[in-house]
Formats: sequence, structure tokens, C-alpha cells
Amino acid sequence: MKTNEVSFCKNLFKFIVSLLMFTVALNASAVDLEVNTPGVNAIKQSMQVRHAQLAGHYASGAVGLTADGLIVLRDAGAVPLAQRQAVNALVAADNQDRIALYAEIANANGHPEWQAEIRSTFAQRWIQRAQPGWWVQSGGGWVRK
Amino acid sequence: MMRLKRVIQNNVQAVVKMKGIVMRKVWMALPLAAFALSACVTINIYFPAAAAEKAADKIIDEVWQTQKSDKPAANQPAAKEAK
Repeated sequence: MKTNEVSFCKNLFKFIVSLLMFTVALNASAVDLEVNTPGVNAIKQSMQVRHAQLAGHYASGAVGLTADGLIVLRDAGAVPLAQRQAVNALVAADNQDRIALYAEIANANGHPEWQAEIRSTFAQRWIQRAQPGWWVQSGGGWVRK
Repeated sequence: MMRLKRVIQNNVQAVVKMKGIVMRKVWMALPLAAFALSACVTINIYFPAAAAEKAADKIIDEVWQTQKSDKPAANQPAAKEAK
């Protein structure tokens, strides 16, 4: 009777330990975020094409990177009046893509609730990787990199 | 006869007591194990910040075309010597 109980305990312990190792292995295999989905790729492609038109406006300071992962027309005076509407449309379209991108990544990884965190991660990375001369929002104000 | 009965009774009591201790350990271990397992599962729903940064950098590289091109001078024609 006693030895039965002891061996039951031992087996239970072994079972728990193996379950723990299994879940740890599962966690380890899930450390990468999935970003290679048709939805993400389509948005990426669209943003890449648009970037060719936006790059000049980043450099002139007309468009800046915001702290919340979007872009904004921060100095309309840097854009000739005739182009202003086109730039506004570019900014709006890019922001739409950005928001869709953050949502798409969150959904692709089965965690729609991660959207805000993905957005703030992107915000930091966009700003950190902005090219010299571009304007970025930092600590509530605009800074030229 | 009475003595034998008492000995048996004592033994049964001892076994029951022993069983009680072992069982109590099992019932203490079970909730602990359940807690440990649920903690492991919770790790998964925490936001993987490092992975997100890596993913962001990859996408930013592609959108801004900031990757270093891996074929800088592939199409350079070989220099020809004029005669």
C-alpha cells in the first residue's frame, strides 16, 4: 500500500516535470512573430511603393514620424501649395496602411490584443531608424535627426 | 484474542495515518503543479517585445529599402585592353 502511494507520487512528479518541459519547449518555439502572411506582404508592398513619393517630404521636414507609429504633415509650408493636397492624401493613405499593418501582425499571431504594443514597438523603431535630416516626435516635441 | 485484535487495530491505524500523510502531500502537490502549469501558459500571452522589434526592423528595412544591397558591382563589365 505504502510503496504504491510512493510510486504514484514519483510518477505524478515525473508527469508534471515532463509537462513543464513540454510547455517550455512550446514557448521557445513561439518566440518569433509571424509577419510573412499575404495580408502583411500586401500592406508592406503598398507602403514600399508609396515611400518613393514620401521620402522627399521626410527629408524636407514637411512630413514627420509621430511617437504613436504614424506620420503627419507637420510643416505644410515646406510643400508647394499645388502639391499639398497630394501629400495630405499620401499621409492619410500611409497611416491607413500603418494601422492595418499593426492589426494584421497582431491577428496573424492570434493575439489581436497585441495591436497597441506592436504599434508602439513600430513607433520606436521607425523613429530610431529614421534617416538623418528627418523629423521625428520625441518627448512631446519635434526633433530633427 | 484481545491482544491480537489490538495489534491489528494499531496496524490499521498506522497504515491509515501513513496513507493520510502521503495523500495530503499529493493534494498539496496538485494545486502547486496546476499553478506552475498555468504560469507557463501565461508566459505565452505576454507580448514578445524582442520578437516584435525584430519583426518591425525586418518590415522597416523592406518598406524603406534600407537593406544593404548584396550585389553592388555584379554587372560591371570587365575592363578591356585597347590595342
